[in-house]
Amino acid sequence: MPEEYLLLLVALPFIGSIVAAMLLSTASRILPAWLAGSFAFAATLVTALFYPQVTDGHVVRFEIEWLPEFGLNFTLRMDGFAWLFSMLVTGIGTLVVVYARYYMSPDDPIPRFFSFLLAFMGAMLGIVLSGNIILLSIFWELTSIFSFLLIGYWYQNANARDGARMALTVTGVGGFCLLVGLLVLGHIVGSYDLDAVLAAGETVRAHPLYLTALILILIGALTKSAQFPFHFWLPNAMAAPTPVSAYLHSATMVKAGVFLLARLWPTLSGTFEWFWLVGAAGISTMLLGAYFAIFQRDLKGLLAYSTISHLGLITTLLSLGSPLAAVAAIFHMINHATFKASLFMAAGIIDHETGTRDMQKLSGLYRFLPYTATLAMVACAAMAGVPLLNGFLSKEMFFAEAVETHADSILDRALPYIATMAGAFSVAYSLRFIHTVFFGPPPTDIPNLHPHEPPRWMRFPVEFLVLACLIVGIIPSLSIGPFLSTAVLSVLGPDTPPYSLALWHGFTLPLLMSVIAMIGGTILYVVLHNYLAHCEDGPPIFRHLRGQRIFERILVTMSWKWARWLEANLGTRRLQPQLRIVVALSFLAAFVPLYLSGFNPRLPPLAEVDPAFAMIWIIGMLSALGAAFLAKYHRLAALVLIGGAGIVTCITFVWLSAPDLAITQLLVEIVTTVLLLLGLRWLPKRVGKVDDSATLTARLRRLRDFSLAAACGIGMSILAYAVMTLPVPNTIANYFLERAYSEGGGRNVVNVILVDFRGFDTMGEIAVLGIVALTVFALLRRFRPAPESIGVPEQQQVQNAFDDAQPERSAGDTIRDYLLVPSVVMQWMFPVVITFAIYLFIRGHDLPGGGFAAGITMAIAFLLQYLAGGTRWAEDRLRILPLRWIGLGLLVAAATGIGSWFFGYPFLTSHSQYVELPLIGKVPMASALLFDLGVFGLVVGATVLILIALAHQSIRSYRVRTEQKAEEA
Amino acid sequence: MELVLSLGIGIMTGSGVWLLLRPRTYQVIIGLSLLSYAVNLFIFGVGGLKVNAPAILREGAEISTFADPVPQALVLTAIVISFATTALFLVVLLASRGLTGTDHVDGREQSK
Repeated sequence: MPEEYLLLLVALPFIGSIVAAMLLSTASRILPAWLAGSFAFAATLVTALFYPQVTDGHVVRFEIEWLPEFGLNFTLRMDGFAWLFSMLVTGIGTLVVVYARYYMSPDDPIPRFFSFLLAFMGAMLGIVLSGNIILLSIFWELTSIFSFLLIGYWYQNANARDGARMALTVTGVGGFCLLVGLLVLGHIVGSYDLDAVLAAGETVRAHPLYLTALILILIGALTKSAQFPFHFWLPNAMAAPTPVSAYLHSATMVKAGVFLLARLWPTLSGTFEWFWLVGAAGISTMLLGAYFAIFQRDLKGLLAYSTISHLGLITTLLSLGSPLAAVAAIFHMINHATFKASLFMAAGIIDHETGTRDMQKLSGLYRFLPYTATLAMVACAAMAGVPLLNGFLSKEMFFAEAVETHADSILDRALPYIATMAGAFSVAYSLRFIHTVFFGPPPTDIPNLHPHEPPRWMRFPVEFLVLACLIVGIIPSLSIGPFLSTAVLSVLGPDTPPYSLALWHGFTLPLLMSVIAMIGGTILYVVLHNYLAHCEDGPPIFRHLRGQRIFERILVTMSWKWARWLEANLGTRRLQPQLRIVVALSFLAAFVPLYLSGFNPRLPPLAEVDPAFAMIWIIGMLSALGAAFLAKYHRLAALVLIGGAGIVTCITFVWLSAPDLAITQLLVEIVTTVLLLLGLRWLPKRVGKVDDSATLTARLRRLRDFSLAAACGIGMSILAYAVMTLPVPNTIANYFLERAYSEGGGRNVVNVILVDFRGFDTMGEIAVLGIVALTVFALLRRFRPAPESIGVPEQQQVQNAFDDAQPERSAGDTIRDYLLVPSVVMQWMFPVVITFAIYLFIRGHDLPGGGFAAGITMAIAFLLQYLAGGTRWAEDRLRILPLRWIGLGLLVAAATGIGSWFFGYPFLTSHSQYVELPLIGKVPMASALLFDLGVFGLVVGATVLILIALAHQSIRSYRVRTEQKAEEA
Repeated sequence: MELVLSLGIGIMTGSGVWLLLRPRTYQVIIGLSLLSYAVNLFIFGVGGLKVNAPAILREGAEISTFADPVPQALVLTAIVISFATTALFLVVLLASRGLTGTDHVDGREQSK
């Protein structure tokens, strides 16, 4: 197989997931299952065909450069161990699909289920096949997300939602730690490539950051594999549909943690820290999980805790750091996946047929389901470690390793006893499963009193897996032997120890331990039998100490209590303190670095001041101060004064060689003033002064604000002076000045920068402008003006009263009279202003002007018509459709940009030449001009839309007034 | 020239900041306008002040004699965008006045 097929292998499940998602509307129950099954089976086949390439420690690699400068590549890598896991993931995945086809009820949205399941399979394959540890972490997160979706599949059920959320929170936090840990590991190694990491074991273990990386990676692995103290999410995840549990909580998701531990085993293991951290977690999980499993009432709960315990066993084996123990760990991963998946499926069949999973209600099912019962019993025996089954072999290997001394300590010396005890517990819970469910009197208290065998193909996956347990258990070296040795060789390399998979090793200590565990477990079950039939759910002593409750309490404390405390003590909903903080911080952000770097502005010489310029600016400063002083009670005056400040700014631009800015500033000044005037109509006058000037706090507050404002003002003055008097360094200005004509085809460099060099920025800016205009429009559609301002304005009332009093006049005559001359002038100005706009537009590329200025001028032309004749008069004669201007403008701009793609250039590359137009003469015709046309259209549309939307409020309020009058009448 | 302009920028900034911290919405909108003049002038000034040297290319002119076009291009779009934000803020201000019956920035008068 060429190595590209690795990509296909990872992509197959994801493609299947997308296809399944497209079937969402289908009513067929069979089609999605067939689809998912074929994709999963295809993935299994592809994996199987890779086998010849991974034997004898060979590795298949496939690499796509992704972000090589950060050491992040999309590297897929398959060795023997990854191959074995891929077989588990795809093979058991296929069986689960077959099983789910019969398990899922017709009421469930089946395509969604298979879509998530396939996506999960893809993510899991990604973890297994990642050849880059960062890529691995990405797939790791994906499994967390898809397992969340799968556990919460029945989202109408509160338990499913809670279980899913808990699983996501725990594994998500773990995943985050893992990412950081892998980053640290990559930092130590100097590469994120898995091969490099695996080769750098010595370096890593000797590095001072080893412990940091180890702890973080362990948190990731242990949360995923539900190891103590993070085990509590797994039993809660049993709210998932049983096929999900069979897949995620036996063969795949929880195996990801131990997979990672085994994957990084050559790099991280063998130290004292590794043994203590991993060993303590593994041993306590193994023992507690087995103990908890005995006392579960829920069948799936028993299996969940048993899974936790078996994963603890694997973790313990990996902690020992001896190659033989690693062999046993890998072997047990496979064995556990086979018998546990089949047991989950059997539990699902029982649940499906009887309607309950409560072991205190179930009994005597053997007479109804003899076939399923036999299968489940064999699988249970494998779980208990009975000879002739696969579970026995790996458990014997575990016992043998437990007896060996690895890192001499209390933990190591206690291990044989703990192992035997955990073995006894697992015998006890397996016996409980078999005895209570299948034997005894027929059940009386279950929803369906007459269960029967499931459909032929629903049983098939269970049969297949149980058969595998038997074959591996009886002829291990002929069946699993070569595959196991391939996997082991790829993890351990030259350190691979000789091991034997034989069934009979003679009368050894491990065999004695097995016998003790068997007898002890049986006695334990006989003793507990009556108690278990009636006890409460959960193990004695620990029943009230529930990880779930502790977890929830921590969540509530962090996300509710602490958040509330922070908000109450550090937050404010008031705008003024927020702005004060923003301003003060900005001031400090500028002041502190300048102060620390010893900034010392020189006192300026006074001789150079140009008196005319100074006069203009005295007016400007007075306007600004006046506006600041008057804005509270004299709004119109303040508006006039900032207009003054604006004009001074505009003159400054003219004076200092920025004609484009001056034109734009002047035009924007006009529309802003009109805009604010229109707004003032709806802002009721402030009646009466709020007299709080006398209070001390008010004075202090003003003093503080004044000092802040003064500090900012003085600071800005000094800074501006310093910046302007410093010699200008060699900037990018020269780049633009040199190339504006030769490459942009225009002499007005500012315009060329806007529409050509930085065209993409301009594109973004006009998009913002369009969005703002649409937002204003949308906000005003449901606008409710202040009640005080709904009535006719005072001046209009006076005028109307005057008109009404004269018999020969009608309302509105006065205003018409004294606007007569201006309105005629304004109407006549319409074509002139439009011509001026076109003039500004066309000359924009070579001389001051351009799309922005022309657009606003055009908008002013329309605006004048509204001012001259009123809204109704203008709209009777003109249909402006600003929304279309906006849309067309944006489209033209984007189309110009896209157009350059057709000539093989990047987005918005421009082309320019001069065109001879009749009457006008030589005109620059750059494609940037087309872009500028888009800018023009959008600016016209946006400006007109904003102003008209506001102007229309007068008509609306007129309607509101007449409606009100009609109601009163 | 530089002295006058920098004093002007300072006064505009100070007035703008003062208004920004006031409790009435209209004061804040005027303050923002003043502040945007000041900031635009400041950015413009970063390129250095030159009289009679607009960045309009002529035959045979030295490149170093032209005013810096980059800050000008930045400020040009800033002027248009500041119009848009003023419009947006104005509409929010009016809607807030209509909804809450007060022109305080927090939508309610501050309790004493």
